[in-house]
Amino acid sequence: MAGLELLSDQGYRVDGRRAGELRRIQARMGVFAQADGSAYIEQGNTKALAVVYGPHEIRGSRARALPDRALVNCQYSSATFSTGERKRRPHGDRKSCEMGLQLRQTFEAAILTQLHPRSQIDIYVQVLQADGGTYAACVNAATLAVLDAGVPMRDFVCACSAGFVDSTALADLSHVEEAAGGPQLALALLPASGQIALLEMDARLHEDHLESVLEAAARAARDVHTLLDRVVRQHVREASVLLGD
Amino acid sequence: MTVLDYSRSLEQISEDLRVDGRGCEDYRCVEVETDVVSNTSGSARVKLGHTDILVGVKAEMGTPKLEKPDEGYLEFFVDCSANATPEFEGRGGDDLGTEIANTLYRIFNNKSSVDLKSLCISPREHCWILYVDVLLLECDGNLFDTICIAVKAALFNTRIPRVRVLEDEEGSKDIELSDDPYDCIRLSVENVPCIVTLCKIGYRHVVDATLQEEACSLASLLVSVTSTGVVTCMRKVGKGSLDPESIFEMMETGKRVGKVLHASLQSVLHKEESLGPKRQKVGFLG
Repeated sequence: MAGLELLSDQGYRVDGRRAGELRRIQARMGVFAQADGSAYIEQGNTKALAVVYGPHEIRGSRARALPDRALVNCQYSSATFSTGERKRRPHGDRKSCEMGLQLRQTFEAAILTQLHPRSQIDIYVQVLQADGGTYAACVNAATLAVLDAGVPMRDFVCACSAGFVDSTALADLSHVEEAAGGPQLALALLPASGQIALLEMDARLHEDHLESVLEAAARAARDVHTLLDRVVRQHVREASVLLGD
Repeated sequence: MTVLDYSRSLEQISEDLRVDGRGCEDYRCVEVETDVVSNTSGSARVKLGHTDILVGVKAEMGTPKLEKPDEGYLEFFVDCSANATPEFEGRGGDDLGTEIANTLYRIFNNKSSVDLKSLCISPREHCWILYVDVLLLECDGNLFDTICIAVKAALFNTRIPRVRVLEDEEGSKDIELSDDPYDCIRLSVENVPCIVTLCKIGYRHVVDATLQEEACSLASLLVSVTSTGVVTCMRKVGKGSLDPESIFEMMETGKRVGKVLHASLQSVLHKEESLGPKRQKVGFLG
């Protein structure tokens, strides 16, 4: 689009946010009663649902069972009406498979798989509306769903995307900012220890700027952690009220 | 389900009392909300007990079919998401999805359900194609009814932008979109049918069976009823067999229940619309 500035002279982005500001996050745990754990998150206009089944016996071939830890199985699916242009297949295409593998890598780092040998934990993520930052929304929703299922984790996994425009690092990119073609970084962080579970970057970025972008993404991920922590505590408070404790 | 549960269900149903306390012709609590997803022309979410369906309608411009040059058309796609059960992972949900999509095609395959002529922009060249995408999020029995209610609500919510065809001197046509974003055409869903599934359990039939009750039933009848009680389509599903008298009885029950269902759905949709754009959207957060 001609004349579309991603960052104005006064420091405001296209949707009016500041460079390091996150979009509004609203989340809820325990959305579905039949699944072991479920959660829903809205990050701006991006909406994602995550559902966890497990730990349960390995489905399919028993040969895949690992003798000392659990198998984490992830599927990423985005609804055909989630993007502006209608998608033909919700899952099974290359991008969805790649996202599934990335989610699996992220959660294998966080879930204490040694406690459940020879079993399988399924994490299914469904994107209902995509407006940028779908990987981050999926990871955040899946963290809440895993916590709702009671599967033991080392720490929360909080994710955020970051970009770089006009020598400024931007946090939590929307679709317009992603489509502009600049460098994009996706970061999944375990906030308490500061360990990185997944780091992925597209497009070219000078190595001098990498540190500032990484720092912006890490700060945003810690902010996400504060919000998710509040959601979990609220959910536990509600559940204990219902149980009469 | 154990043998004890099955026989207890049969006894209770013969007295018009089901496991959860409903009568044989009662539906579970239905929650309907429209305009849930913003990237679509229309959307709706319906929750019937623990069955959760999300429908998105996207309107795209295309060429009309050769045999019907002055009409638009609807395309259905049903995605059984792995959220509902791990068996739907990968291609596991494709069979069920295709079956439901084929049933939807058959129900809408008549002149009166949706006014397809209003979807035509210029005959033989341009028309609106409505892609109706159904997402199955949670399954606790009675999928067909819920999906049909959701499709009806989503079509009611659909707003198609108004376009004009401009013809210049050389004869080439240009399509102009209206400047006003609120200037759109709405579809009339008065004649869109609703499916009522009647499951035969023992000697009686029940409406809106849960997953457990469906496991007890050997045969079901799907009846597609419009708001005036006209039956547009009927289909028997299941491994067992039905005798002709029970089919007629089930059809009568279906018509009766269908009319009540339509009336309450219409009133809910109109009430929601009357709240206007200031209505607080709940979605999955409520």
